[in-house]
Amino acid sequence: MLSRVAERIYWSARYLERAENTARMINVYSKMLLDLPSGVDIGWYKLVLLNGAERQFERKFHHRDEHSVIEFLLADVDFSGSVLSSLQMIRENVRTTRDALPAEAWEQVNESAIYATSRLEYGLRRGDRYEYLDGIIRCCQQLSGMLDTTMRRDAGWEFFRLGRNLERADMTTRILDAGASMLEGHPGREEPLNLVQIVCGNVLRSASAYQPYRRVIKGPVRSRLVVRFLLEDELFPRSVAHCIDQMIDAVGALPHQRRVLKMLKCERRQILARLDDETLDDTLRDHLNTLQVQFAEFHQEFTRNWFSLERPEAR
Amino acid sequence: MTIDWTQYDPGDYYDELICAPGKAREPARRLVHYLGSLSAEEIEARRITAEATIQEMGVSFTVYTDEGNIDRSWPFDIVPRVIDKKVWDVTAAGLKQRLQALNLFIDDLYHDQKILRDKVLPRHILANSQNFRPECIGLSPPCGIWAHICGTDLVRDRDGRFYVLEDNLRVPSGVSYMLENRAVTKRVLPELFDSYRILPVDDYPDKLYDTLADIAPRQYREPVMAVLTPGIFNSAYFEHAFLAQQLGAELVEGSDLVVGDDDCVYMRTIEGLERVDVIYRRIDDLYLDPEVFREDSVLGVPGLMRAWKAGKVALANAPGAGVADDKVIYAFVPAIIRYYLDQEPILNNVETYLCDDPKQRDYVLKNLHKLVVKPANESGGYGMLIGPHASDSERREFAARIAADPRNYIAQPTLSLSTAPALVGRGCVEPRHLDLRPFVLQGRELRVTTGGLTRVAMARGSLVVNSSQGGGSKDTWIVDREGD
Repeated sequence: MLSRVAERIYWSARYLERAENTARMINVYSKMLLDLPSGVDIGWYKLVLLNGAERQFERKFHHRDEHSVIEFLLADVDFSGSVLSSLQMIRENVRTTRDALPAEAWEQVNESAIYATSRLEYGLRRGDRYEYLDGIIRCCQQLSGMLDTTMRRDAGWEFFRLGRNLERADMTTRILDAGASMLEGHPGREEPLNLVQIVCGNVLRSASAYQPYRRVIKGPVRSRLVVRFLLEDELFPRSVAHCIDQMIDAVGALPHQRRVLKMLKCERRQILARLDDETLDDTLRDHLNTLQVQFAEFHQEFTRNWFSLERPEAR
Repeated sequence: MTIDWTQYDPGDYYDELICAPGKAREPARRLVHYLGSLSAEEIEARRITAEATIQEMGVSFTVYTDEGNIDRSWPFDIVPRVIDKKVWDVTAAGLKQRLQALNLFIDDLYHDQKILRDKVLPRHILANSQNFRPECIGLSPPCGIWAHICGTDLVRDRDGRFYVLEDNLRVPSGVSYMLENRAVTKRVLPELFDSYRILPVDDYPDKLYDTLADIAPRQYREPVMAVLTPGIFNSAYFEHAFLAQQLGAELVEGSDLVVGDDDCVYMRTIEGLERVDVIYRRIDDLYLDPEVFREDSVLGVPGLMRAWKAGKVALANAPGAGVADDKVIYAFVPAIIRYYLDQEPILNNVETYLCDDPKQRDYVLKNLHKLVVKPANESGGYGMLIGPHASDSERREFAARIAADPRNYIAQPTLSLSTAPALVGRGCVEPRHLDLRPFVLQGRELRVTTGGLTRVAMARGSLVVNSSQGGGSKDTWIVDREGD
């Protein structure tokens, strides 16, 4: 497989995951704001902060209101994390790797892009937004499922898995970070009483983790347990531990994998060891930040090992 | 309301489906009858299906504009063109004959140049050729073939006969659209495939594969093939990707390839370097290798010509094959066929005046209002003068250009391109001009597509069919009526 093709498949997977997660996040956020007790204003702008996109946002928008934030996250062409940009990037990447992906993938990507663009106005209107975003999520899952059931389990597939799980792990830490930041903004953490409940519940929901959490951990939703679940549960597909295990698995099936595999396994042990229950409340956001930096390093390693065209080695 | 064929008047032109108002040509009878039986709503529904299918299949081409590159859906007309198999068989034989002769001609030009010594082709015409590559003199590519893939443009004149308009031997495109047009038509008019014996077109990728395999340097193993594309911004990128997928070849860009010290060409893969046997290159000669041709080319591969000359990799088409893709050389093709094959050409050329010849030039300059003038080395319909439609000042400007560089211009009478019904509104058809581009392949054998790509000038009265200039296309049916 061409290095360039491998890289584009990897990025298709990352953008696919990104589009879906952005849609999820907006969806859950919209609902959460309805639940919050009056007087608590956590604001739409958090969604921009959460994506680390303050600068891109400020360049175009002057108000940090709902409409601006939603337009930015759904449709801004210069923000690579927006839903439309992500779909467009998937389209470009799939288009340039058509010979390595199932033929239906291209049709499916086109349909999704047509759906997202032609109905954009629904997404911007509060009343129709849920349905629009639900449609986006469905499009992404349809493509994902189609690839799941039709892609040959060759190197292309492993790169797809690699991209998907890296992006997913990263998104999970951002969702947690969002929750943590909301609670942080309100120093009297126990007041209003049900804020923790609401935020934690929604953090879980945006990761589709509410039910699985409930089944595994009995009793009321507690913030520490939520953090533990989303970071450490080995069986939940969106937990950081599970995503890293998937990456380890994918890398194991690729050529020239030794160095990368060693790094992943080593980090997998460290990541979970660093978490200390006693200081969790104070160190969580730092910890999440460290994780995100770590994921960026994973990406650098993948690039160096498989994608970089400068490699001088010859057979 | 439905299509009223009695209102359809092909006028003075040869129409592919209708010979007189209300009267279908025999091979098209069932199609015409069937379309006439559909209501305007049904026809509209099928047109919409076609449009949606094309969008979903992502059949597109790129247009360069001032506002940037636009990826446009492929414009498609649902009414197919029908050609009788008997007519087609003769045409196909003529196409093979032509490519066979052209390959002998190219090989001769890079070796003994007998055709110049025998004064069939004047020496100065070759001397002024833009596409003759001195770097290729003395080389012998596998099977002695230089042009493996040729897109030949055919037109039908008033007399209903096919004429060759040009031979595209550099990087002809369009074949993927031929295949996609058929796929769309099968979704849109499935009923007709039962009642007609429409010959399939989808064996083209196999034919192409066999042709490319014929020229692979390592004949003892399955060849590793690559389609070399300039990249996503090329107008034919869709086709490059499509063909790579159909061939089971890698779609590569210049930066994916590297030439080793052993003169072999390698692809950069996740497992390291992998040797490539055959490159179906879709970039022009001059961009192939910055070490030999344009130094500033970032599309090409440094050392590629070295590898090709050493016989370590096959290139299709071979560098230098474009020498026969020149509208001046075109005028000599009938003579070339007689010279190398000792046969009469099966397909005729369009009458052509060489501005290079003083007498013919005089005629051209005096008759610009009747003629189409073309530069010898442009493609895509650019830089042409269509005399009858041009203004006085445009004609004066062209006269000056011809005087300045006569070798670079030819002129042809304005053809009466044939027409076929095209859907122009709800349940409404009108004649539109069209041409036909079949693809001819030569490796160890000669192979030809069943029919080809029919291109349509979508504007009323227009003769310009190029997709880069607003042309559309339709499916082309070769129907076998033996025993009907």
